[in-house]
Amino acid sequence: MLTLENVSAGYGSFQVLFGVSLEVKAGESVAVIGPNGAGKTTLLRVISKLIDATAGEIRMEGRSLNAVPAHEVIGLGIAQVPENRRLFPRLSIEDNLKMGAYLPAARARFAERLEMVFALFPRMKERHAQLAGTLSGGEQQMCAIGRALMSGPKLLLLDEPSAGLAPVVVQAIFEVVRKMSAEGYTVLIVEQNVRQVLKVVNRAYLLETGRIKSSGSAAELLNSSEIRKAYLGI
Amino acid sequence: MDIFDVFLLEAVLNGLLLGGILALLALGLNLIFGVIDVVWICYAEMIMIGMYAVYYLHNVYHLPLWFAFAGAIAIVAVGGAALHHLVIRPVLAAEPINQLLVTGGVLFFLQAGATLVFGVEFRNVGIRLPQLQVGEMYLSMARLIAFGVALAAMIGMSVFLKRSYLGTAIRAISQDRRIMPLMGVDPNRIFLVTSALGGALAGVAACLLVLQYDIHPAIGLSFGPITFLICVLGGLGNMMGGFIAAFIFAQFISVGGFFLHVEWGYVLAFLFFIAVMFWRPQGILGGK
Ligand SMILES: Nc1ncnc2c1ncn2[C@@H]1O[C@H](COP(=O)(O)OP(=O)(O)OP(=O)(O)O)[C@@H](O)[C@H]1O
Ligand SMILES: [Mg+2]
Repeated sequence: MLTLENVSAGYGSFQVLFGVSLEVKAGESVAVIGPNGAGKTTLLRVISKLIDATAGEIRMEGRSLNAVPAHEVIGLGIAQVPENRRLFPRLSIEDNLKMGAYLPAARARFAERLEMVFALFPRMKERHAQLAGTLSGGEQQMCAIGRALMSGPKLLLLDEPSAGLAPVVVQAIFEVVRKMSAEGYTVLIVEQNVRQVLKVVNRAYLLETGRIKSSGSAAELLNSSEIRKAYLGI
Repeated sequence: MDIFDVFLLEAVLNGLLLGGILALLALGLNLIFGVIDVVWICYAEMIMIGMYAVYYLHNVYHLPLWFAFAGAIAIVAVGGAALHHLVIRPVLAAEPINQLLVTGGVLFFLQAGATLVFGVEFRNVGIRLPQLQVGEMYLSMARLIAFGVALAAMIGMSVFLKRSYLGTAIRAISQDRRIMPLMGVDPNRIFLVTSALGGALAGVAACLLVLQYDIHPAIGLSFGPITFLICVLGGLGNMMGGFIAAFIFAQFISVGGFFLHVEWGYVLAFLFFIAVMFWRPQGILGGK
């Protein structure tokens, strides 16, 4: 579904990604793990075209994204839950969800998808009129995931959904990720919580200083001594 | 004492009516600032252009008044979008002071341009609405209409911002500009639409003001400064704050003018403004 071929990117003259290649197949859930500053967020930004790749090619369902402006990416079925959730703090939950359904095709199915999001996160239904900025961290994450789902994406990009949340809430969020991949969503998730994320995805890539260091099935990575030492502390 | 009360009531009511149009002026400026973070120093000059548009369409080209009004609103709306595209966009990332200077430059450009093109004579569309007599009180019909239209425009704007997708995006973009593309929103388009809306509001104000004032190239100076003060008083970018501040200001002008002299009304209003700024520099309701 999504392929990256030798993608390089950065900020101005500061290069962050160096020839990254990866693939996400339809129906798969894939994780990108790696330490702080490895370039994980930059990777998702370049897929969503928030920044341009300086080299290489990104393709969604065979179509090159290189010339696609950022605001058209979601129309191709790629929705992102950005780092730190980035809700609109002074809009209600429902208005945040409405923003997720901004595209004309999504507007037509707003009511139906709202029900779907409310079924997934009953808490969002209870609090639909509350300002997003007043929600707890976990609730904000649910709202942010809900907002991305409102566009009816084929591919969901998640940037550290578990960051800064209490352990119980982390569990709940990963449960949602697991449920979504079980329901057939294609997911690309960036995480530092390696142990947890490898339990819910099919495959993973290890990104270090902007380069893919290794990749494999979740089970392979869980058992690799490199990952066990550096990321699982075993 | 009875008579005195009636005149006071008249002043209060006229103040209320004046408040309506001031609130409309503040709404446009607050909308632009709230969304784009740029103050259109030349806002009142956009209104001046709208007033000339009404005059030329109606009095020179003899088109029906309603058409002249619609035309003026459209012209200023397009002008607002053009202002954004040609002047604001290139300095969006610049320091606020540069943005102020640029729109300040447009103020002088429009004023000087209007003087060259339209001349310095005072123009008038020649519509004089009667005073409305209610009991022993006289209320300005033009102000009553302005009040009604301003109120309707504000309610319409608020419903639009609350209910529509575009309106929701306009509220959202002021809270997080950079992630808007993730929602499928082109921020540039929202800015253009907002600028056109701000222009359209200035156009509506122009239509209401031609009923009460003569048109000349410097007419903007009569409302520009007071509109800024109202916006700052209410909290720059805060539409509700601007609304409330407009009515407070109008009462100072109207009731202050009733007890003393009209000019004193303005003096009191400005003194009040300065006092509030000491007490709450962020404005009555705080910034956006
Ligand atoms: N907007 C930006 N401008 C300049 N440099 C940036 C910007 N965003 C990130 N960087 C730099 O790019 C590098 C990679 O950052 P990135 O956010 O992609 O890392 P990350 O893997 O997501 O880290 P984390 O796990 O802490 O979120 C870092 O050195 C960071 O300082
Ligand atoms: Mg990151």
